Amino acid sequence: MIHIPILRTGLSYRSLNLSHVSHIQTGEPLAVVSQANRGLIAKDLYQAKENKQTLEDLSVSELLAICKKAANLFMESELPLDDTLQSPDDYIQQVSGTTGLPQSLCLKNMGKIRLVLDEMEAVLDGLTRGLDLSIMDSGWGAQNERPLSYVPQTDTLGAVLPSNSPGVHSLWLPAIPLKTPLVLKPGSEEPWTSFRIAQALIEAGCPPEAFGFYPTDYSGAAEILLQCGRSLLFGGGSTVAPWQANPNVQIHGPGRSKVIIADDKISRWEEYLDLTVSSIAENGGRSCINASGVWVTSHGREIAEALAQRLADITPKPLDDPDAEIAAFTNPKVAEGISGLIDNQLKVPGATDLTAKHRDGERVVEEAGCTFLSPSVIWCADPEHPLANTEFLFPFVSVVEVPQDEILDRIGPSLVVTAITEDETFIHNLLGSPEVERLNIGPISTNQISWDQPHEGNLFDFLYQQRALQVSRG
Amino acid sequence: MDNLNQSLSEKAAEARDRLDAHVREVVQWHFSPETGAPFWLEFAETLDFDPREKIGNYDDLKLLGHFQDEWLRGGPVRQWVPKGYADRPVYVFETGGSTGVPKTRISIRDFQIDYEMFSETLPDENFPRGSDWLMLGPSGPRRLRLAVEYLAQHRGGICFLVDLDPRWVNKLIQYGKHQELDLYKNHVIDQALNILRAHDNIRCLFTTPKLLEALSEKISLPKAGIKGIFCGGTEMDAQFHRFAREELVPGVEFMPTYGNTLMGLACCKPFDPADNYAIIYYPPQPRAVIELVNPDNPEETVDYGETGRVMLTTLTHEFFMPRFLERDEAERAQPIEQYPWDGVQNLRLLSELQESVVVGVY
Repeated sequence: MIHIPILRTGLSYRSLNLSHVSHIQTGEPLAVVSQANRGLIAKDLYQAKENKQTLEDLSVSELLAICKKAANLFMESELPLDDTLQSPDDYIQQVSGTTGLPQSLCLKNMGKIRLVLDEMEAVLDGLTRGLDLSIMDSGWGAQNERPLSYVPQTDTLGAVLPSNSPGVHSLWLPAIPLKTPLVLKPGSEEPWTSFRIAQALIEAGCPPEAFGFYPTDYSGAAEILLQCGRSLLFGGGSTVAPWQANPNVQIHGPGRSKVIIADDKISRWEEYLDLTVSSIAENGGRSCINASGVWVTSHGREIAEALAQRLADITPKPLDDPDAEIAAFTNPKVAEGISGLIDNQLKVPGATDLTAKHRDGERVVEEAGCTFLSPSVIWCADPEHPLANTEFLFPFVSVVEVPQDEILDRIGPSLVVTAITEDETFIHNLLGSPEVERLNIGPISTNQISWDQPHEGNLFDFLYQQRALQVSRG
Repeated sequence: MDNLNQSLSEKAAEARDRLDAHVREVVQWHFSPETGAPFWLEFAETLDFDPREKIGNYDDLKLLGHFQDEWLRGGPVRQWVPKGYADRPVYVFETGGSTGVPKTRISIRDFQIDYEMFSETLPDENFPRGSDWLMLGPSGPRRLRLAVEYLAQHRGGICFLVDLDPRWVNKLIQYGKHQELDLYKNHVIDQALNILRAHDNIRCLFTTPKLLEALSEKISLPKAGIKGIFCGGTEMDAQFHRFAREELVPGVEFMPTYGNTLMGLACCKPFDPADNYAIIYYPPQPRAVIELVNPDNPEETVDYGETGRVMLTTLTHEFFMPRFLERDEAERAQPIEQYPWDGVQNLRLLSELQESVVVGVY
């Protein structure tokens, strides 16, 4: 049986408390995962300063070179997995097997991680807005003849990670060239990716002290969030709610991302159908950057009908089918629960499931031993309907029609908004909206990421703060 | 080896005989109109037999069915005081309170007797007689607070105490108030540090697993003079046991225990590296018996090594509680020389409850 160890300053530790991760199709255990007790994490965090020093001892350019090397190792090499080796194919099968993400999508996500590691210099350039990165080595420098200095806000970056999609791990990767060691708590169903990234970076020459990897329970996760000076927290609404007010914790909760088609473009809505479908369904519809809302100023019902027809073509396939597009649920009861919740809310007048008539059978589908939810398009005639602004872990979208001048007051917090418009006034209003975190102006899919732009907060700004500096020689 | 097994078998048989005799004595006491508790005397009226005549051994307790959880939730608490002890001062202790109205148990001297027995298992070199104790665990209406103080006194020491309200801790967790929880933990630990720094004669500590971790993050307990730690109050697993011995308090005698208000105190099998830090508890038989039963059929005892639900029977003159199905599960462990009756290994909350109940948080 494969064992996934705890990493304490990069060194493997086998716990006496082991949990199993099983293949969702067969139910057979794929691996045992060592679980860290809370106190073990707390004890290790006392070495955070020493761990950080190992990264401080390297220059940013050396760390960027390590990232570049790790990109290929992650994508192409066999890497240590406790006392065995994990090939890229093993990795893909394991991630797919325990998360239900089709293998083809695992491969795509792998490519995203490779790209970020490979293009880390551009990523940092975007995060720092073109800062001369040697300032990170010397502590200070000059820009436009003004002294410039940054002070680290933490000795370590905690990350309480999700299981939904491997690509999300690219968000914390810049911490390494930003000289901040990591304390990672992997998702219970997906311990694979963060472990493999750590191994690739260590193999590429990164000091092992930069990695703490702690599969753990609720109290261990809380310890990470409380004790790391800065942390990223991924999770659903109830998971992230207690931490919302903590400025040291950057929340990555529900996305509720949206496509908006404004008055000036709405008559051409058919041209944007492909883009809308890919925004909803790409990567299995599992990401917070997938659209869960399409907000339009007219033609709502027509658009919803067209989306329903298109999305109904996406049907569950075996996880190893190269054409598989949607992910299976690791727990069939969760799929049934979500479907039941949607059906219950559809009893509230003002919303209709338009996909129901296009698909054969129910929303919950059993295929090749796995449980799926078929894509669902809800036409919300009532913008106040409970399904008008929600998201689920599968391709689910609500189409809502409201006058343009009401849209920004109604959409609520939205991680990504793709606004299809050239209306300068509307664009100005979008730019001024605090509800919109990432803004795509024009026909850009919600899940198209430009790696030189920050995503859900700027990691550099989170880890460093500009310090006032005056220097007088002599 | 055969001699050893034979000796253990003989001891186990003797222990069983003692248990059966004890059952007869306790049943006689609780169902006698002169000495019994009003609850049991009333209960006997609902039966078509006299328990004093029909119950001749431990297995016969089946005739009484299972003790019901709700019988201990709410009053009148005096229904549990045996008439034979009507003139004695009575304590009342509460269970955790993580599932609604807490259960209450009366006590007169039981907690003292339990801890006198436990004291006999503590090595004097690590828990020196005459040295003082720090009790860093749940206080208030819990028996632990008085029991640990009594233990210290029984061994000739004085017990220093810190207040800890575990129900408030539970609420903070339920409300997701992590920062407040951390502040409260620090408040408790700060008081413990003050006591440890101000009183040189403290050599022994009672605390819970989580508070031991938190305290050890602030101070080296071996350097502070602590020689023995009696740890309990919540569930603890092999990983914690190992972490405590290897990293938290190396060189300090670490005694895991399992106690609860309804049973008393179960001792841990003496540390043996061959057990790989598994924690194996033995109830204080004949005063209490733990049987591990099939959760779907509590009449069936599971085999050694198998997982079963904890069925607890408490058999003292102060409190009689036959065949109570606890919300814990464990693996059944073989008798050992020191405790020649069944033990329980890897005690933990029942799997089916693990997501709905907050436990082990302090």
